[in-house]
Amino acid sequence: MPLNFYFAQIGDDSDMWDLAVHSLDIARLRGAKYADVRVMHLRQRDLTTKNGQVGTLAQSESLGLGIRVLANGAWGFASTDRLTCDGVAACAAHAVSIAKASALAKRRDVTMVAEEAFVDSWQSPFLKDPFEIPLESQLALLLATDAAMRRVKGVTLTETDMQFRKIDSWFASSIGSRIHQRKVISGCGIVATAFQGEEIQKRSYPNSFGGQHLLAGYELIESLNLLQHAPRIAEQAAALHSAAQCPQKTGTLILGGSQLGLQIHESVGHPIELDRVLGEEANFAGTSFLTLDKLNHLRYGSDIVNVVADARIEHGPGLGSFAYDDEGVPAQCTDIIKDGQFRGYLSNRETAKLIGLQRSSGTMRTESWNRLPIIRMTNVSLLPGVWDYENLLADTDDGIFMETNKSWSIDDRRYQFQFSTEIGWEIKGGKKVRMLKNPSYGGITTEFWNSCDAICSAKDWTLWGTPNCGKGQPMQVMGTGHGASPARFRNIQIGMAFSGR
Amino acid sequence: MGAAAVHAKPPKASLSDARRLHAIINDVLRLAKSAGAEEAEVHVDEVLDDLTRFANNAIHQNVSEHGITVSIRTVAESRTARVTTNRIDENSLRAAIDSALSLTASQPKDKQLLALPSKQRYRSVQRFIKQTAAITPEDRARAVRRACDLAVQQGQVAAGIFSTGASQFAMGNSRGLLAAYRETHAEFSVTMQEAPAASWAKANSADVREFDSQELAARASEKAHLAVDAKELATGKYTVILEPSAALDLFGFLFYDFAATAVADKRSCLNGRMGKPLFGRNISIVDDVYHPLQLGAPFDGEGVPRQRVLLVDRGVPKNLVYSRKAAKIARRAPTGHGFTLPNEYGEAPMNLVFSNGDSSMEKMIAATERGLLVTRLWYIREVDPYEKIMTGMTRDGLFLVEKGKVTSAARNFRFNQSLLEALRNVETLGPAIRATGEEAFEMVIPAMKIRDFHFTEVTKF
Repeated sequence: MPLNFYFAQIGDDSDMWDLAVHSLDIARLRGAKYADVRVMHLRQRDLTTKNGQVGTLAQSESLGLGIRVLANGAWGFASTDRLTCDGVAACAAHAVSIAKASALAKRRDVTMVAEEAFVDSWQSPFLKDPFEIPLESQLALLLATDAAMRRVKGVTLTETDMQFRKIDSWFASSIGSRIHQRKVISGCGIVATAFQGEEIQKRSYPNSFGGQHLLAGYELIESLNLLQHAPRIAEQAAALHSAAQCPQKTGTLILGGSQLGLQIHESVGHPIELDRVLGEEANFAGTSFLTLDKLNHLRYGSDIVNVVADARIEHGPGLGSFAYDDEGVPAQCTDIIKDGQFRGYLSNRETAKLIGLQRSSGTMRTESWNRLPIIRMTNVSLLPGVWDYENLLADTDDGIFMETNKSWSIDDRRYQFQFSTEIGWEIKGGKKVRMLKNPSYGGITTEFWNSCDAICSAKDWTLWGTPNCGKGQPMQVMGTGHGASPARFRNIQIGMAFSGR
Repeated sequence: MGAAAVHAKPPKASLSDARRLHAIINDVLRLAKSAGAEEAEVHVDEVLDDLTRFANNAIHQNVSEHGITVSIRTVAESRTARVTTNRIDENSLRAAIDSALSLTASQPKDKQLLALPSKQRYRSVQRFIKQTAAITPEDRARAVRRACDLAVQQGQVAAGIFSTGASQFAMGNSRGLLAAYRETHAEFSVTMQEAPAASWAKANSADVREFDSQELAARASEKAHLAVDAKELATGKYTVILEPSAALDLFGFLFYDFAATAVADKRSCLNGRMGKPLFGRNISIVDDVYHPLQLGAPFDGEGVPRQRVLLVDRGVPKNLVYSRKAAKIARRAPTGHGFTLPNEYGEAPMNLVFSNGDSSMEKMIAATERGLLVTRLWYIREVDPYEKIMTGMTRDGLFLVEKGKVTSAARNFRFNQSLLEALRNVETLGPAIRATGEEAFEMVIPAMKIRDFHFTEVTKF
């Protein structure tokens, strides 16, 4: 089979371990008391179409080494793409000199909870390597889907995309860990936009802002049946122009799974990051209302709300699944909200020590070899409830169903949020009676989760991937997973986004 | 390795000689030609960035990166594709070229795709400041230490960054185009927290001597103290005085709409609105990479020289920006704002300069009967693309102004506000300065006093 996608060989595992171990040796000789290093090789293919033409067709790869060291009680990090003995030695020496500079402005010495050394190799499961699927057939699917959307009257812009990534990471640390991990990530999405009169409306499938992404191979793309969904999505984009405006009121809200996934991300996932809680992100991403006194004391949500942060592959092939984090800590499942009570944070070895935990919850992740691992969401998921979706609708006398995110915003302590979605449906007497355009809702995080009175069962539960979460300085983009099924919320403020118009 | 080598201070890294980048370009073009490429374009990027991050009155993250990336685009028979790698040995570059050729060949033709541009002439800009490139981790640590010591003295907690770096970019193509640019950049951002409040200040320049980190820390410290007793105000419409950073982060969301491709795709709010009064007569905006307070290369992603473009003239949207492809479709000249190809977004203005007003922050406050002074806006997202309704939060210092004076701090608000309406409601402007925020790229923009700004919800702090 002719392959479209060549990468020169990068050398074998032993070459990567030699570089990693050499950098650790130099760091130790230079005075580091602890060091960990990641050699990473990232490969990516991006395909997009717009209005029936190929938009982007690109591949990229990046290979390099980043080393984090603790010297004089403070952290330093340096990275390089010079993967020679001298190149990584200079990088390690630079990291130590940076750590010593950090010590000029320290208040205490960094300490960490203990962790075991692991020697392991892990690969995320997939059936079909997306890089071995001919590009022609990938483009053919996108162009056919694009054409199917363009056939719908009223549609003025059509877009499709696929993205595939393969990430190898060789992690070594001065406590003796040697962990190789390989992840294969696939994703795709389609969007139809309709401009008419004085309004632009759009619909996306299977999700907005790049679609759905999982640790999976090309089988994910096939399972999503883009072509089959294209006409419906395009028709809805056009139909939104004649739909009624979402009213401004306080009422019952049912959220579709992908929107609920983002709601979890913003109003649970970020505030539980212990670096935010401890002020480490105060200048950029912000802090958190979940101050330490709230742990095990705050009623976060109603009794039926159960949220976990689960990086284990048993949770599903999410963007937050792995075997070890980028600090060498094994993947774990942590209770975040249990029967409505706030029970846990996302931590690393340093922040766990600061608040008296026995062990890191294993959430240190890095975008690439040239970025420092930071605390990140893994798969932060709302566990399924007991409701059948049809029964939930039938049980709702008067409400609004909203699906597919259009905008999202939340304050820098994660109290007050506002979301808008692409489409809404008015529910009357247990049935969806009409389409609503420009739906939006807002609220205060804990009031919102305490108003949850029904969550759909595992039958309607999907592990969504958010591929574009930005955090840190310099900025890092990370993929996170969010399992959710549709759920109902009472007494929600609806329609404020358009209240000024 | 001997003990001396182990303990010697490692030499400070520096950017490669420009000739090295040209040599890489020539090597790739030669290899591409021998691999059978009809046409090829090569970009070489080198980044040398250091960032010292502090929180809780101490440095907690301190990073450095150095890397070179080569990106190759081949063009054949109305098809194109791009391959990017940071492996610049000959074998890897050959593999990248083969991949680009293969990707290029495996797609349908695009009849609107243009051949590569030929050699161009560029205005030179000098944005590499050796004093910035010479900053060391120790220099940054000492400046951070001073800001943290100030916080400790004031009973506050400091967090922020001090970053310095240098980068260079060179591009060439098989038709003889050759362009190169290098710059330095320095940035200091500081948040001072005095529970339950915080305030913030930030500056950014090619020249590290252009800002005083301690002055920024002192400003954030004073405002944090003023913000401590925030009272909850009723939601509704307020006159606001936006500091330049707040104006930048908000109005930054407007400018992707000035892309000719966005208008052609009917996703721009300027569809049907060009040439008609849309904003107040006091609003004029140019895109001008040559402005002394701007940074950036004098050419675009295809190597086309950047032009100064009058986008808005006294409230009327006058001109869009055009990549070569968008220009050909519109039968205009390209303006030098194209993104690296291939892409589906076309172009955008990235060097915005707003016209000055004759007011100042002090005068605006003094002339305000009742209003809000906004330090910073946060988490701004688009609610409606045609009316350009944006939502977002105030952050790090919202103050009530009454009868010409700041009288108290206010709890943070959420806004839902049309940018078009806001730019019709600008009452006065201050001097345009180089401002920097977190949601939009740097601009030259003034503080603005805007009436009837719509706040819809209040948060708990």
